[in-house]
Amino acid sequence: MTPSPDVMIVGAGIVGAACAYELARAGARVEVIDSGLPGGGATAAGMGHLVVLDDNEAELTLTKYSVGLWHSLAKELPAAAEFWGCGTVWVAADEVEMAGARAKLSVYRQHGLAAELLDERQLYEAEPNLRAGLAGGLLVNGDAMVYAPVATRFLLEQSKAKVTRAAVTSLDDLKAGAVVCATGAMAPALVPGLRVRPRKGYLAITDRYPGFARHPLVELGYLQSAHGDSNESVAFNVQPRPTGQLLIGSSRQYEDATASLLEPMLERAFAYMPGLRACSVIRTWTGFRASTPDKLPMIGRLRDRVYLATGHEGLGVTTSLGTAKILAALILGYAPPIPAWPYRVERFDG
Amino acid sequence: MKFDVVILGAGPAGLAAARAAGRRSASVALVDDNVTAGGQIWRGAPRIAVPAGVRFFPQTRVFDLRPGFTLLTESHGAMEASRLILATGARELFLPFPGWTAPGVFGAGGLQALVKSGLPVAGKRVMVAGSGPLLLAVAAALRTAGARVVGIAEQAPLGRIVPFLAKYPAKLPQAFALRARLVGVPYWTGTWPVRFAEGMVTLSGGRTVSVDYLACGFGLVPNTEAAQLLGCRLDDGFVAVDSRQETSVAGVYCAGEPTGIGGLDKALEDGERAGAAATGQAVNPSRGAFVRDLAAAFHLDPRLFDLAEPSTVVCRCEDVSCAALRPYREWREAKLMTRCGMGPCQGRICGPITNCLLGWSAESVRRPLVPVAAEILLKDVFEP
Repeated sequence: MTPSPDVMIVGAGIVGAACAYELARAGARVEVIDSGLPGGGATAAGMGHLVVLDDNEAELTLTKYSVGLWHSLAKELPAAAEFWGCGTVWVAADEVEMAGARAKLSVYRQHGLAAELLDERQLYEAEPNLRAGLAGGLLVNGDAMVYAPVATRFLLEQSKAKVTRAAVTSLDDLKAGAVVCATGAMAPALVPGLRVRPRKGYLAITDRYPGFARHPLVELGYLQSAHGDSNESVAFNVQPRPTGQLLIGSSRQYEDATASLLEPMLERAFAYMPGLRACSVIRTWTGFRASTPDKLPMIGRLRDRVYLATGHEGLGVTTSLGTAKILAALILGYAPPIPAWPYRVERFDG
Repeated sequence: MKFDVVILGAGPAGLAAARAAGRRSASVALVDDNVTAGGQIWRGAPRIAVPAGVRFFPQTRVFDLRPGFTLLTESHGAMEASRLILATGARELFLPFPGWTAPGVFGAGGLQALVKSGLPVAGKRVMVAGSGPLLLAVAAALRTAGARVVGIAEQAPLGRIVPFLAKYPAKLPQAFALRARLVGVPYWTGTWPVRFAEGMVTLSGGRTVSVDYLACGFGLVPNTEAAQLLGCRLDDGFVAVDSRQETSVAGVYCAGEPTGIGGLDKALEDGERAGAAATGQAVNPSRGAFVRDLAAAFHLDPRLFDLAEPSTVVCRCEDVSCAALRPYREWREAKLMTRCGMGPCQGRICGPITNCLLGWSAESVRRPLVPVAAEILLKDVFEP
């Protein structure tokens, strides 16, 4: 009989794979178990945007640290992972949003992140298919994109972890020194009462239109959509794949909301990029983000030998590498590279 | 727009269904994405006219189907139907061999369609290769258009074709009529293309033939996507129907190739039954065994599945080679890792190929059923 592993990770999405990679690098014997294919859940449903967000200090610290880790990993990733250091263009519709872009610029610069303010003309030059009359924008140079299912597989292969395809019904039945629950929006099934809610998002992808969009494009109002608690929201978020296909997002709704947000989401996108109306959509789908009350992930010990790495909302791919660094430190008993307390599991207790 | 019966597809099965349904109901619609009725077989020259009283919607692409039933179309908004008849036909099966994606290589039916829409083939050397009775029909049509048909390569051995024809003497006149139009054209049985390069086809057995065009069709793949979207049960890749052509979803009927590849006569019988059943008329029982016998006679030689080299492309939309697919165990895994089947055709071409080569079965169908302009997906455009 093979000895039980040091760490058993439940969930073979990008977060579970990154944890396996990091723990194995630190010398732990790791196994991974998932009822589905590696990278086949929310990891495959998302856009793969690696983005620094600054809604609060904890989010900024984790996203900045993680995007840096992605850049370090980039040269090792296989070509099929399509790592693309394309930056992000935040689009300001009016002068109020332009003031927001300036504020954002100063925060990013304070944190040593490269970013450039774009005026109306520069925005148009960068992205000629945006509608006329927008105020400007902010180009954040260090952001990137990745094809996350391939990155997931790469991380799992590098970890040399045994990956088992089986359903897990109880974390306590797993024989291992430590157990990590990294099952995203499905975590409450294994941890009853966990403050994680599935938050549905629609996406559409088009045929190839090379050059139609040159950067991931996000409206400055996006953070309000992502961090607000409104039951239904949409935001303009269009991202090109290296092939020229366009991913059109984004929408958010909790599980009790039933209306289709595909249409309002598309209308929002058309309002920013009218030419999208004529682009041929070849597929639409939905996926579920794991949303916590404060929209920050839960990374750390739940009880005894059980740890959590879930609740990443729309930032699972971005923050997977940073999450793994923190979690490995907590499990193996060394100091985390960035403060772990903002993401502690017990913060919603009582 | 609301109808008692909406028929999807105006090929032989759909036209026969329209004729049968139109006898009883004054509220029948026939929808097709082509300019004229007739489907692939009667392209542009249907032998059954659209019956008077049946509303025909040509050039109408249906991109979504909802229970109850609602059809979302690109050009006519939403259409409601109490009962639905799916007569969505079949598409060609392609098999990859070195050179199959080179210029000059076409689908057999695809080349025939191009010729009908004006591609000049007069004097061109054309080889027709693959399997099934359609090869003869395509070769005859190409010859009529002036092509020099240099040969027909049928993968099935003569030893399977002859007993099949002997069992169905009613098909003989049709076969002889086609053969008569192909006097002097070699018909090589148990033979298939193994390579195409620079205008030269290499056939199994070693013969090489110089051609301008190579038209390939290795049989037919049923178009079951509309049925799948509605949740109709499939049985071994075909839409399961009862003796009245009704699917597992009450009120949804299916006729023609999607229920079993059987060609024209079977499509007409299926369509008649479906149209009658959907309008509460008495239904004649189906005769049955032909579909099975046809499949057995033209069953594909497994050696056809080993022609692709590691570098041979399998998914044309996303440029995925045979070697790139080998590490994976199932369709969804390969799709996730290589994006095979994620291009504009959504696996309609490469899904059946991987089914033949690797034994994979494609997953459920996603909306939209066909690519549509993003603005068409806006709900308010479709308020009836």
